[in-house]
Amino acid sequence: MIDILLIALAMTLLYMSIANRLHTYLRILVLQGFILFGATYLTLTDVNTVNLLLIMLETIVFKAIAVPWFMNYIIKRNKISRSAEPYLPYFVSLLIVTIIIVLAIILSSSIKDANLDKTYFVVALSTMFTGLYLIVSRKKIITHVVGYLVIENGVFVLSLAVGNEMPMLVNLGIMLDIFASVLILGIFFNKIGDVIKNPDVDLLNTLRD
Amino acid sequence: MIIGAFLAGVLLICGCLISNRNKFVNYLLVVLFGIMLLAFGAYQYNNLNTIQLSFFKSDSLGILLLLTLCFISVPVLFHSYRYIEKFNPDETPRSRGLFFAAMVLLISACGVAYLSNHIAVTWIFVELTTLSASVLIYHHRNIRALEGVWKYVFICAISITFIYVGILFLSLSLKQAGIDDMSFDSIRANYNKLNLFWLKLSFLFIFTGFTAKLGLVPMFTAGVDAKDKAPAPAGALLASILMNLGFVGIYRVYAIIAHTPLHSWANTVIIIAALLSVFVSAVYMTRIRNIKRMLAYSGIEHMGLVMLGLAAGGVGVYAAILHIILHTLVKPALFLQYNQIYWVFQSKSIYDVGNYFKYNKTGAIVVLLAFISATAMPPSGLFVSEFLIFQALFQAHYILILVTVLILLTLIIWGFGSNTFKLLFSPSPEAMDKSTIPEINPWESFSQYVLLAVAVYIAYNPPQRFVELIQDAVKLIQ
Repeated sequence: MIDILLIALAMTLLYMSIANRLHTYLRILVLQGFILFGATYLTLTDVNTVNLLLIMLETIVFKAIAVPWFMNYIIKRNKISRSAEPYLPYFVSLLIVTIIIVLAIILSSSIKDANLDKTYFVVALSTMFTGLYLIVSRKKIITHVVGYLVIENGVFVLSLAVGNEMPMLVNLGIMLDIFASVLILGIFFNKIGDVIKNPDVDLLNTLRD
Repeated sequence: MIIGAFLAGVLLICGCLISNRNKFVNYLLVVLFGIMLLAFGAYQYNNLNTIQLSFFKSDSLGILLLLTLCFISVPVLFHSYRYIEKFNPDETPRSRGLFFAAMVLLISACGVAYLSNHIAVTWIFVELTTLSASVLIYHHRNIRALEGVWKYVFICAISITFIYVGILFLSLSLKQAGIDDMSFDSIRANYNKLNLFWLKLSFLFIFTGFTAKLGLVPMFTAGVDAKDKAPAPAGALLASILMNLGFVGIYRVYAIIAHTPLHSWANTVIIIAALLSVFVSAVYMTRIRNIKRMLAYSGIEHMGLVMLGLAAGGVGVYAAILHIILHTLVKPALFLQYNQIYWVFQSKSIYDVGNYFKYNKTGAIVVLLAFISATAMPPSGLFVSEFLIFQALFQAHYILILVTVLILLTLIIWGFGSNTFKLLFSPSPEAMDKSTIPEINPWESFSQYVLLAVAVYIAYNPPQRFVELIQDAVKLIQ
């Protein structure tokens, strides 16, 4: 069951690479939040109940509801145009994300460590690198934020892999989530929306040498 | 216990600063914080090598950097007061309170993070510094400050994610050995049981993550924008104690890896990053036209040298620690002096300045002395540490690297020098409105003289205790 969820997470990455409307990105983020919710429940069997509840609450509230809802609000309020404006054609994006996943599989098959569950490792690595790819290949600032949230999800999967032995690390990951959501979205994206309408990165290049 | 009380006090002061609008109460709180910080530093110094709150340990490296931080904070807080009060018309009680609260939080988060003996705790305080630094960068609330802060926050968010991934890999490396305790001491004690593959990955991620704070290739860019857009007293903090935080993080992880067979591999990684940093700094220093950004790039060069010293080993590790402490004294002097330059010329472009000696003699002498200090020409204190770093590189047979670095340093001195001498000696631009130039009190430069003098003194005539502390910190590695 857990494998099915993780593979579904990897498949959302492929969909994300060809999505062209911002709302599709948000829906995928919601879906990823729910997948992580399920994965947390199935993976962290040794963690005490209160902590497990806290972690699951965080995945559902932050990852699946609050952050996508807030981004939706920002898009509406700032009247951001709805297409993602990638630098590369979607077909190339799809190809690149596929290559990322294949590379992650090849890399993890070269690791000989019985302690590691390979599925987690492959999915986590490909999610992280897809997030990085989204950041560099999309023009809008808000898609950069989406890319960052995808990286966070990948990191979260990785932390689940060690979660039973070191629950403290999963809690740290939650702190990272909350910190990033509050800081990046809460404070600054609001401000950027006030100052620049329809923000894209071309407007943020005055600081240079 | 004391750390807990200190942190609680800091949070209380921050809360009061944000909520309070009265000017006198605000400054009273800042003074109170200064006294608290100094007391905290003195207490930690007297309780060397004790474990506190189970996650903190006042070891030599932490104490050295904490004392430097205390020493720097006093002039920085004073100049922040001058900055907010003088020539700054759009200051409101709210922005003033927020500015000082962020500054108090940044200083104390750095200070406590130096003493952290647990990588996860260090990581939490690194997050706190990002938060408080972003408030400082966004102080002026215009579009450029917004751009700077956005880039800083985004890159720092990615960098702390990297550190977090590094911590996860480190825990995988510990898992095999069956170690539960993730404190630096415990990992270092069990270095021979660690899984090397995961340790290697972990070092790569943690190193890359901390470069955002340290100001090294690959993540140096955010720091440069931040130091440019933050008010100069805040820039002084970003260019000194925050960089030291990155250094502490890397140093403690490196102290683990230095005992394993991966030592030489880690050295290669560090040398590549350090050399590229010096190179990047040399490229920008020769063509840069913005005085503040020039100071920021000079910091990148020094961090590159520090890392080279660390990787060279031998006397280089000693020199690296000495260098970073001296740099912490010299760079704030330049940043604190920068405000006076701006008050005179109303511009940070090198094209709009000149003949500074005529308008502010005391300040101009500070700029000249600080230039000599920052480029490590004798009698600068940094000369001693740089010389030791070169010696270490020579002894470790990194001759080619040494030659490359020396050539790049020459370029940097040329770039730095031509801009500084343009500022000091060449005729001032015709278009300048000379009637609005304010009188600047010579006493405003007093703290800069003290900082520069102390940097010279502790380099050429180091107190015995100071040398012992550095040697003790070096023992973590060797």
